[in-house]
Amino acid sequence: MEPQLNLVRLKTMYEKMVLIRKFEERIIELVQEQGRIPGMQILANGQEAVAVGIIESLNAEDVIVSNHRSHGHLLAKGADPKYLMAEIMGKSGGVNKGKSGTLHLAVPEVNALMTSTVVGAGPPLAAGAAFAQQYRDEPNITVVFFGDGAAAEGSVHEAMNLAALWKLPLLFVCENNCWAGAQSYSQHCSIGNIAQRGIAYDMPGEYVDGNDVEKVYDLAVSMTDYCRKGKGPALIEAKTYRMRGHGENDHQHYVDKEELVFWTKKCPIGNLKEKMLKEGLITEDELQVVETVSKAIVDEAVAFADESPFPYAEEALDDVWVK
Amino acid sequence: MAQLSFGQAVNNALDLAMSMDESIFLAGEGIGVSIHYDPNMPSHGLLEKYGPKRVKDTPVSEAAIAGLAVGASCMGLRPVVEIMFLPFITLATDMLVNHAGKLRYLSGGKSTFPLTVRVKAGVNFAAGCQHSHNLEAWLAHSPGLKVVFPSTPEDAKGLLLSAIFDPNPVIVIEEMGLYWGKGEVPEGDYRVPIGKARIAMPGKDCTLVCYGGATVTALEAAAILSKENIFLEIIDLRSLVPLDRDCLLNSVKKTGRLVVLHDATKFGGFGAEIAAIVAEDAFKFLKAPIKRVAAPDIPVPFSPTQEKFYKPSARMVVDAVKSITG
Repeated sequence: MEPQLNLVRLKTMYEKMVLIRKFEERIIELVQEQGRIPGMQILANGQEAVAVGIIESLNAEDVIVSNHRSHGHLLAKGADPKYLMAEIMGKSGGVNKGKSGTLHLAVPEVNALMTSTVVGAGPPLAAGAAFAQQYRDEPNITVVFFGDGAAAEGSVHEAMNLAALWKLPLLFVCENNCWAGAQSYSQHCSIGNIAQRGIAYDMPGEYVDGNDVEKVYDLAVSMTDYCRKGKGPALIEAKTYRMRGHGENDHQHYVDKEELVFWTKKCPIGNLKEKMLKEGLITEDELQVVETVSKAIVDEAVAFADESPFPYAEEALDDVWVK
Repeated sequence: MAQLSFGQAVNNALDLAMSMDESIFLAGEGIGVSIHYDPNMPSHGLLEKYGPKRVKDTPVSEAAIAGLAVGASCMGLRPVVEIMFLPFITLATDMLVNHAGKLRYLSGGKSTFPLTVRVKAGVNFAAGCQHSHNLEAWLAHSPGLKVVFPSTPEDAKGLLLSAIFDPNPVIVIEEMGLYWGKGEVPEGDYRVPIGKARIAMPGKDCTLVCYGGATVTALEAAAILSKENIFLEIIDLRSLVPLDRDCLLNSVKKTGRLVVLHDATKFGGFGAEIAAIVAEDAFKFLKAPIKRVAAPDIPVPFSPTQEKFYKPSARMVVDAVKSITG
């Protein structure tokens, strides 16, 4: 790739990661202002490089299926922050009219087809989406994001076997953030690298430093290329870390503080920023612009969400069926 | 009209639907090549006719089969998948209950899931309780799913075609014991609307509500009772969700009596819902208590004497009707 194009892409990925971080940091503030956001908020703070690196390798027509920790995936895929924020607040102007909240966001207009909070449900759904792409001879692929916890679900294994058997254009992305609830990776998973599970289904499986967006992107390019060529599914394990609790009501009493310090130093955004500055790829002024623009986008999203009314209670009865 | 067995009628509906719409595909365990080689089996001959791209034999993976249907339908295909036996639907229930039935709602009406799940049910196969277990009340209790349960070859075709072309998820329960029985079936694109019950036999003395294989039992009971000048009005629901409340209530308003019959267990069964609706909305028309004839609250037993004991009989229906018409 042309070095200049490479740099443009790197800056774009940086901008997207900053936007995701700012968006979720604002959610943290809103959660702390009692009553601003209903329900539990599940954040991917520290995992931005996985969402951005993978999705940067996709075309707009490619489909993603996400999970409960979805904000980063959806923003990276191009979902409008205004409609996401309104949805998260349960407002009628939300992307799903307040029917979803943060947990099951569907943004089909950007091919973020569906999100399931049932752990391990994404892969069989994504196999269905990938089957439709194959059935119609589309050049597109599906990517499903799931966690290390989900890797223990039987549905994930059923989906991997089916996808490999039928050579579906499906990229499995296991976002290994070291935690399934309050259980650490070594407490819940029998294998050192989930990527090795690819062998069991005769599909390529590779792991990558999930906090290094360039490495994630490079691996995603080769794996999505493989899927797109009709060779079948592939598995990426992106090793990262869940910097916050399972949800914002989880204060991580069970987490070793030194471990948090270790991973704070591995911040995907901070490290990329330092690298770009050191190598003269970006200036302090440019960085400031990224900060300012991101903040403005998030401000606008919150203002839109604040102004949007709550849906009428009776509208709860709508949208079950196509009439 | 053609004389077709129930299984052939299902086959006819699948064949016709596939010839009409390229977005329809079939998937399931043994849907293409089955251990049973029998023209009365619903997907018999369809692999040969439509090929392996559209008739997909799957691994033994019920969650993946149901997930395939949900995901593919969200992308605009019309999947028709099979879960082999009703008790095995437990392995697919997350995909059906939490996803097929809820994802449209959660999307705020943006997404649609035009999928059909066919599933076989039946009590009299000496297969024991992990192959025989009528779980229709579970499915009916899950918002977002439509549930139909035909009892004749004509309805098997007409309801399945409606299900396949319905924009919503529909579970079609097929009574295995009826597969070989023949009946008149309209030719061509014949559809029975989902949500309309059928008066299988008009009568004046007592309303008998049933569905699926129990309809056969109901007709036997009606024949016995007619000799004693008691005339049953048999309502074959055809569709549990949505339910034809008008047909039910109008009949009870006419007869003043209600017996509900199903092969599922009694406690928490679908019959309780029917009884409750009538008690709420037609109480003043009732001349006698409502009766339910259903299976005892035990797993379906294996041994032939016990399996026969389990399945509600025409004699039990006759006794129940007489207890409120005397």
